Amino acid sequence: MHFGYTDEQEQFRGIVARFLRERAPVSAVRAQMASERGHDPALWRGIAGELGLTGVHVPEHLGGQGFGLEELCIAQEEFGRALTCAPFFASTVLATTALLEIADEAEQEALLPALVAGERVGTLAWVEQGGDWSASACAMLATPAADGVRLNGHKHYVIDGLAADRLLVVARTPGSVGNAGLGLYAVEADAAGLVRRGLETIDTTRRQAALVLTDCPARRLGAGRDFTSGFARLMDRATIALAAEMVGGAHALLDAAVDYAKLRMQFGRPIGAFQAIKHKLAEMLLEVELATAAVRYAAAAADANDAETSLLASHAKAMASDASMRAAVEAVQIHGGIGFTWDNDTHLWFKRARSSAVLLGDAALHRERYIALTEAAA
Amino acid sequence: MSTPSITPEETTVRAELRAWLAAHWQVDRSLVAWRHLLVDSGWGMPHWPREWHGRGLPVALLPAIDAEFEAVGAVGVARIGIRLLAAATLLEHGSDDHKRRFLRRILSGEDTWCQLFSEPGSGSDLAGGTTRAEFDGTRWVVNGQKLWTTSAHHAHWGLLLARTDWDAPKHQGLSFFVIDMHQPGVEVRPLKQMNGYASFNEVFFTDAVVPANNQVANTGDGWKVAMTTLAHERRNADALRRWGHASPHAGRIYDEERAEIATVMEPYRWYPQRAGRVDLALPRARSTGRMADPAVRQELAKLLMLSRASEWLAQRARHAKQSGKPEGPEGSLGKLVASHVARAAAEVHALISGADAMLAGADSPENGMIAEILLSVPATSIAGGTDEIQRNIIGERVLDLPREPRTDAGPFRDIPRNPPRPRG
Ligand SMILES: Cc1cc2nc3c(=O)[nH]c(=O)nc-3n(C[C@H](O)[C@H](O)[C@H](O)COP(=O)(O)OP(=O)(O)OC[C@H]3O[C@@H](n4cnc5c(N)ncnc54)[C@H](O)[C@@H]3O)c2cc1C
Repeated sequence: MHFGYTDEQEQFRGIVARFLRERAPVSAVRAQMASERGHDPALWRGIAGELGLTGVHVPEHLGGQGFGLEELCIAQEEFGRALTCAPFFASTVLATTALLEIADEAEQEALLPALVAGERVGTLAWVEQGGDWSASACAMLATPAADGVRLNGHKHYVIDGLAADRLLVVARTPGSVGNAGLGLYAVEADAAGLVRRGLETIDTTRRQAALVLTDCPARRLGAGRDFTSGFARLMDRATIALAAEMVGGAHALLDAAVDYAKLRMQFGRPIGAFQAIKHKLAEMLLEVELATAAVRYAAAAADANDAETSLLASHAKAMASDASMRAAVEAVQIHGGIGFTWDNDTHLWFKRARSSAVLLGDAALHRERYIALTEAAA
Repeated sequence: MSTPSITPEETTVRAELRAWLAAHWQVDRSLVAWRHLLVDSGWGMPHWPREWHGRGLPVALLPAIDAEFEAVGAVGVARIGIRLLAAATLLEHGSDDHKRRFLRRILSGEDTWCQLFSEPGSGSDLAGGTTRAEFDGTRWVVNGQKLWTTSAHHAHWGLLLARTDWDAPKHQGLSFFVIDMHQPGVEVRPLKQMNGYASFNEVFFTDAVVPANNQVANTGDGWKVAMTTLAHERRNADALRRWGHASPHAGRIYDEERAEIATVMEPYRWYPQRAGRVDLALPRARSTGRMADPAVRQELAKLLMLSRASEWLAQRARHAKQSGKPEGPEGSLGKLVASHVARAAAEVHALISGADAMLAGADSPENGMIAEILLSVPATSIAGGTDEIQRNIIGERVLDLPREPRTDAGPFRDIPRNPPRPRG
């Protein structure tokens, strides 16, 4: 286990950061969050084609760059920092990783290239209304039909569920309960019986949708592999990647608050001269750095197939949730009234933090899971 | 919790008022005409002096007087919004001419008012304002910018704090004016907030004019006058809500009152959400089934205990005030604890709502209420004085700790300050 980035990794981070600074500044974020699609296809082509980020953790023989979760998390941190409006989390983190962890080799060869090339936008629909993040809570039914499978049920909180044209859906066989009978299914975007509706979200930089599937034709993926262990590996990796994005966002909030504290004058001095503000910022830095350490350790552990990966994913997510919410709340506070206005950018990151804090499970859920896994290992 | 006994004075006043109401109260009158009667009789503001539309009665009688109004469903004078802060300020510092020109139309509701204190560059440091007023020999000419001005878009008059002397120390270089908001030099723009509402305004002054006779108190005494306004604002925060409920009765006068209330209360629609809506936490924990989660139970219990204890603390403060005892620390602590309650409530709502906490509008639980809470709560620890400023006040005025060294003494001109906010 190493505790710093290699020169190559630092270089990689620099390239992603520069690209996003130039091509996706906050003015672009504001334009996209108000747009109908929610992201800019030209930017997406750049992310996929110019940077190859959509295949960063995909093996080379499947058209990717052959790196691991660590590199995926470097990209995620930068996306979080820049608050980029792009379906990267849905398509690259969720759908691509799902195919890698769950689908059979032939299916990967058939489906991954379009996702890696950014020609298609994928997403994963597993959660249903109420928001139990475990696959075992899934109620959607997959019934055998002459030419494949028919899906019936609904999905909620589907990330970029409208923009996606490669839908991967979790469903269960009739009569099955718990983890038994679960499987991953591919649904075409124009499939009969698929109705998608955009959900209104507090974070408009990342869209969500609700899906209703009625006798919707689908194709089973990964029939030759164990779904439960594959899905668990997928969720651990997605959770760590989300936590990486969150600490990126927290760093951006902290940086903005520090900059403001140096500039803003009250009572004849910069507000950063007041210990109330100075101490607050010092605590924010501590919390954000601790969460960053947890995220990076977890990513490296996942790449090494460490037995503790699940526990470390929960560790990273719990700390990232708390740290990014703290950074968000205090960044608004340090900006004072102006931080509560629409024209100030702080609320954009605040809303992402608020939303990501519960996405894939809130801090309380992951702390509970951390202890459960600790006890299971004892 | 004892009930004070009824004094002979109360019995007389009640009887007098009851007779007056019986003779004058009619629901088909116009609201303004009725309020002029209230002003003439002194029953609209009975605790005000006799020469200024009152009856010089003790404040302690107000609840009994309100009860008589309520008993017959009679509408009172206009009491919501900034107008009453204006009235209190003018009563204390205004000239007889000011009182004659402004008080009656405040009470009748014909004029609405706004408060022009906060600026882009001076919020916590309210006395650091840079909006300037210059006397050109006959009138004051105003240039600069104000921020957070509730109701500026429909106000007739503004209470303006402006700098008239740049060489005096900051508190001594300010003066106080009543400015006509309907003039070419005043531009009002809505200010959108992170929760989507636009309850406030930015106000720009470009050679706006204030006649000499609209100056309140002496040049350089503006800060003193503004402190009066703010003291009333703090004291009357409850009253604003109390009078902000429209009567459900039918009749012309009620219709007119409802329309007035709708306009004045519009900016405050999300205020209950910004306080955290503790009332929703328990029912939602039950209805969502989240009450079974020990983490939810712990956080919910903390919130409910905090919230109830803070109410008792506030009641102790009210009780002390009513019984004429010196104010304890409860008053200053109340503002700070409200921030704690609001933040804790937001976290509890997020914890209870889980994935639904990501949603907004009609997709958010309680028809958007949860999202509105999550996006409004950050205002509580900023509006009306930030938590950091409250802690300084508690430390210095309640605990009597030594003050921080000042870096803003001497001529205002020399004090470092913020550049002007770009005009967008
Ligand atoms: C929802 C809302 C409603 C409002 N309504 C009104 C209104 O009706 N009328 C009106 O006049 N104003 C209103 N305001 C403005 C409000 O009073 C100011 O925003 C507030 O006083 C803070 O000032 P500021 O925004 O300039 O922040 P700043 O004063 O610039 O503060 C920035 C940060 O510095 C900190 N800070 C400043 N000084 C110190 C110090 N000495 N020690 C430690 N920390 C310090 C603050 O706590 C804050 O965290 C409203 C604001 C909001 C958000």
